[in-house]
Amino acid sequence: MAALTQHGLARVLGQRLIQALVVSLLVATLCFVLVQQLPGDMAFRIAAGRYGYDYVDAAAAEAVRQELGLARPAWQQFAGWLQQLGQGQLGQSLVTGGAVLDEINHHLGATLQLAAASVALALGLGLPLGLASGLRPGGWADRLTLLWSVVLRTLPPFLLGLMLMLGLSVQLGWVPAAGHGEDGNLLLPALTLGLGLSGLTARIVRDSVLAVVQSDYYRFALTKGLSPWQAFWRHGLRNIGVTVVAYAGVQLILLIEGVVVVESLFAWPGVGHALVHAVFWRDVPMIQGCTLLLAWLFVLLNTLTDLLCLAIDPRGPAEP
Amino acid sequence: MTYLALLPWHRRLAWLLLALVLLLAIAGPWLWPDPARQDLMQFLASPSLAEPLGRDQLGRSVMARVASATRLSLGLAALCVLSAALLGSLLGVLSAWRGGLTDTVLRGVADGVLALPGLLIVLIFSAMAKGGFLTLYLGLALAQWVEYFRMTRARSRLVLASPHVEASRLLGFGPGYIVRRHLWPELSPMLLTMASFGMATAILALSTLGYVGVGLQPPAAELGLMMTEALPHYSEAPRLVLAPVAVLALTLAALVLLRPLEVTR
Repeated sequence: MAALTQHGLARVLGQRLIQALVVSLLVATLCFVLVQQLPGDMAFRIAAGRYGYDYVDAAAAEAVRQELGLARPAWQQFAGWLQQLGQGQLGQSLVTGGAVLDEINHHLGATLQLAAASVALALGLGLPLGLASGLRPGGWADRLTLLWSVVLRTLPPFLLGLMLMLGLSVQLGWVPAAGHGEDGNLLLPALTLGLGLSGLTARIVRDSVLAVVQSDYYRFALTKGLSPWQAFWRHGLRNIGVTVVAYAGVQLILLIEGVVVVESLFAWPGVGHALVHAVFWRDVPMIQGCTLLLAWLFVLLNTLTDLLCLAIDPRGPAEP
Repeated sequence: MTYLALLPWHRRLAWLLLALVLLLAIAGPWLWPDPARQDLMQFLASPSLAEPLGRDQLGRSVMARVASATRLSLGLAALCVLSAALLGSLLGVLSAWRGGLTDTVLRGVADGVLALPGLLIVLIFSAMAKGGFLTLYLGLALAQWVEYFRMTRARSRLVLASPHVEASRLLGFGPGYIVRRHLWPELSPMLLTMASFGMATAILALSTLGYVGVGLQPPAAELGLMMTEALPHYSEAPRLVLAPVAVLALTLAALVLLRPLEVTR
């Protein structure tokens, strides 16, 4: 049994490691293409960044071109680009001049805080509602969560955020509309993201609860005389858990995308907000750093989901 | 009519909404032609018979802008979904058919793209040419093809391993026949369902980018961009914000309700 678990563990970690590598390569390639695509002469822009636009001339640009090897063929530059990334150098922000690593470090805490608050809210709302809907399909909780999930599909995060902002902040004046550092600033962004995820969570929980409760083994457990509570505890919980965790892992993509949108909407100083700013100013090293970080965060969360699934069900997922 | 009557209520509603939105996208720009023409004398003019939604902060016709933005969103989304579905399903069938190295490589690429949330891909592309229609289209299509690839590959593998296909092969039918008679009938309903979902995702991404200011740039009429631009005038003329919000919500509602409700998550 232990060997089996270890084998499963190695497989999960190996697969996710390869995925992280492929996604890093992908981001690096896209960002390299992005640099090549930027209008204007790269050497001239870097020289201007160093000496100021008033002091730059063709000779200075040529010196930079020689120094950085910008005249090399594209594939050599690409190899150099990847090598830098492989050594863990993310470069400097073109806007602030600070190291990208420091900038991101500065933003990461705010993002994690927002993500944790939203996930807690989504689980707090979604788990009980989903359980109630699954145990009594067609009841009020079931209809409510179905309606809620459909409404949320038609109300994208930024619209939900906008409505909450107009309602709770502009009309009622209960919470500050945007910003960071004061009391209650976390409320609106976390509410937007958490409410958005709760509908989905509730439906996922509902479907897996229903599937387990209607299964033969669960009915047999009740028939042989277990109380509903015993049957749920012994036969329901684990089987529900594994489906819920597996589905929730896939849907974490909504969390990452939501973080980007909601942070920009409420001026929450996290990685997503920094990314949108970097895109606006075409700050390529920052774009690459933020995208890599968010992608790795997603892979990491997925790894944790896989491990959790493995812990709940040591047999591991069925082979595809 | 009989077909419509057989549908559940929510899908009838969906078709009705979709028809309304399409009408706005097709007939709107024809009735209110110029979304960019300013008339500063009519700054924030109230709704009238000729201008049912009034004019905006620059005296532009709100009706013309909403109609043109709807046409743009639907057009871009349709284009993205078509390209993504075509690329994804072709590669999916190829992967299932060839197996071996082709399959391994394609699956590796797909896993990588899958680990990159779609919005991030679109953001990188939108940095390449800010406000460029073509780059946004490329980004959205590249973010979406993986879904079609995965689903098509999984379904095709089952179909290709089935006894019917084996029988067809033994009878000497070529790949064209197998795709036409065995794969396509199995795949097409799934692809249609995914396309309605993909349309919604693309429309949503486009308006989100416009809203946070890194999508299409002014003076383009785009739903998300219109909301941001009109927000400072919300207290005077809430209709400027509410009109694009309503169109966006109704379009997304139509696309969501089009699918069976059990699939709606």
